[in-house]
Amino acid sequence: MPDGPTPTERFIRGILPENPVYRQLLGMCPTLAVTNGMAQAMTMSGAVLFVLLCANIITSLIRGLLKPHLRILVFTLTIATFVTIADKFIAAYLYSMSKELGPYIPLIIVNCVIICRCEVCASKQPVFTAAADAIGQSIGFALALASIATIREILGSGTWFGYPVMWEGFDKWVIMVLPPGAFLTLGLLLGGANWIGRAFAGRGRKAVKTAD
Amino acid sequence: MKNGYIKQAWLVLTLALCFGGALAGVQLMLGKTIAANVEADAESQIPDLVFGPGQAAKMAGDFSAVAETITVAGNGRQVPYKVYRVTNKASARLLGWVVKASGQGFADTVDLLIGLDAGASRITGLYVLGQKETPGLGNKIIDAPWRAQFTGLRTDRKIEVVKAAPAPNSNDVQAVTGATISSQSVAKIVNEAVEALRPVLTSEAN
Repeated sequence: MPDGPTPTERFIRGILPENPVYRQLLGMCPTLAVTNGMAQAMTMSGAVLFVLLCANIITSLIRGLLKPHLRILVFTLTIATFVTIADKFIAAYLYSMSKELGPYIPLIIVNCVIICRCEVCASKQPVFTAAADAIGQSIGFALALASIATIREILGSGTWFGYPVMWEGFDKWVIMVLPPGAFLTLGLLLGGANWIGRAFAGRGRKAVKTAD
Repeated sequence: MKNGYIKQAWLVLTLALCFGGALAGVQLMLGKTIAANVEADAESQIPDLVFGPGQAAKMAGDFSAVAETITVAGNGRQVPYKVYRVTNKASARLLGWVVKASGQGFADTVDLLIGLDAGASRITGLYVLGQKETPGLGNKIIDAPWRAQFTGLRTDRKIEVVKAAPAPNSNDVQAVTGATISSQSVAKIVNEAVEALRPVLTSEAN
């Protein structure tokens, strides 16, 4: 019998309150690697959405048949299949993006966001709940990647999605498109997310106190 | 006991079969499109490889590149190489060759396009079609400045990978810092392809 949050609650939680990057700190590798441009970041988010949704749905459909000591194997098998399918589609229809993302699309297999949602949610919840959870978490992941990619691309290349947005003669911060820029941006934004989280939690507590 | 194992693992086995079938289906559907993409990528690089970057724009439309498969016997096996014969469209004069060669890199297969002059005596360019080397380290082999080291090297001697800046007129290439194996893999692939094809191409040119 399904317990805990409803599908809608899971969907909303995945976007900000339980954001996979800023709250759960999962999937750090693609977050750092493919966020030097919005196009790459959004392609990665799209691939993760496809894999997470399909893996969650399949896992949820077979959740009754899973043996505890073989479940990780089954998750990995499912995720690997869908990642390979996604990889082939990107190589067929977005070839230059496939070359740019390189090994990071196959590396989605070891992206902890996906196996975590399979283990925590999909293996215990019915299909609709699992699907809602998958979509919510993917949107959260996409938002996180977008926030970092926007900063890195605008400061590092002066463009957004490839379109120039900075004034002529803007001195590009080349470090932003290199790995150190990724770590700096992620660290600062993570600190910002924590601060915002604490500010909202504090306000909630104050409201409760004054109500007493 | 055997019954116990099958009872435990039947789900995994069934899933493996189903997923394998699904992947085979996807490959059937998309295999040709992906191969066509790789072809198009390779063909778009031919002008730069044979004429040099920048020169290609001047030559656009004056040349034709025809793909052929040349099979060379090596190590007791027949190794097929895909070779583009680049000729002047008007006079059919041989302008150069572009060879597609592959080999084992550090992580996975590295696919290269090697440009050779008409007499197959010098390398005129190098392009990395596909690689899965370590990002930030081994994958620097795709950088234009590193690849440019191969332009002008001779084909009658092996290309060596050295750590310091190579001496002028030596057939040496400087390795990518921290990625010796990836650099050596590229040199090895070039050496093998050139060694195998040089006799065939020089005889065809005459």
